[in-house]
Amino acid sequence: MSRAALLLLAACSAPAPAQPTARALPAVPPGQLASPVAFDAIADRAARSRALFGEIAKVLTHPRCVNCHTPDESPRQGDQHVFHDPPVARGAGDRGVPGMQCTGCHQDHNLELARVPGAPGWHLAPVAMVWLDRTPGQICAQIKDPARNGGRTLAQIQDHLARDPLVAWGWSPGADRAPAPGTQAALGLLAQAWIDSGAECPP
Amino acid sequence: MTISIKVNGREHTLGEIDPEMPLLWVLRDLLGLTGTKFGCGEALCGACTVHLDGMAVRSCVTPVERARGREVTTIEGLSADGDHPLQKAWVELGVPQCGYCQAGQIMTAAALLAANPSPSDDDIARSMAGNLCRCGTYVRIRAAIKRAAKGTP
Repeated sequence: MSRAALLLLAACSAPAPAQPTARALPAVPPGQLASPVAFDAIADRAARSRALFGEIAKVLTHPRCVNCHTPDESPRQGDQHVFHDPPVARGAGDRGVPGMQCTGCHQDHNLELARVPGAPGWHLAPVAMVWLDRTPGQICAQIKDPARNGGRTLAQIQDHLARDPLVAWGWSPGADRAPAPGTQAALGLLAQAWIDSGAECPP
Repeated sequence: MTISIKVNGREHTLGEIDPEMPLLWVLRDLLGLTGTKFGCGEALCGACTVHLDGMAVRSCVTPVERARGREVTTIEGLSADGDHPLQKAWVELGVPQCGYCQAGQIMTAAALLAANPSPSDDDIARSMAGNLCRCGTYVRIRAAIKRAAKGTP
């Protein structure tokens, strides 16, 4: 047997290193989030932290969230991220322009008959916080960077995710809009577990 | 539920009213201020635009509860004698065609000029983008806003 064949045989027969992947975790039904406890199965702290962020990213990359974390002048609508209709402009303060401000139409609650979504403080996230078309790893890096997270500490990020009433809209979007997975409380627990495990980012 | 609102400087007490009733319904049906028009009912066309404490809002989707204790201005109250610079420019340039959208157009433009007395073409386009005109009077609308901004007689 040639040396190359021996090497190949050795590679194939060697036990695979333990990979702390999500596949080792219990399956989560669609529309739900895994509990932080489920991630205790991942012994390596950094790997556990990265996996936790992967679960958090199910929410952060959801259309109800990324549609208002856009890189340009316009929010998006729907699950296909189409440009806002009627056309609107971000404006200097991310709340629209004179005569066409976000809250000129959006109330502090959903309007079921007119199908206009609403929540307290309706506005776009600043351009520095763009999430649309970003990977979980990119979003994670942004969230940890005070220059791109509004100068927030990790604790403030957790509080924003867990309690902000505008974030809460993601789970009560009204009309026929699909809600973000899980609950805001579940997201808050995952965010806390992610921080407690070192706030590591996926690659 | 009783709600008090001020419309064009006048106090109104609305007795036994559903707080979710659209402000447009109150203005037109209860107060008889029919200058503000119903267009789409979904905040998509701008025909129903009025001011709430100076901010342009779509009255067809604004619950009257939001106007409680606040100042509402409609096209009837924009000026005492129809002499707001925008109204004068509108007449001078013959902006309206069918006219249905024009109250909303003027109220949005008034909110723009109040915040930005010298808007550029882009500023006007952004602020007016949500006010539809099925007659296509957009060119004259923009010209009238620029005329009003300059105070051109």
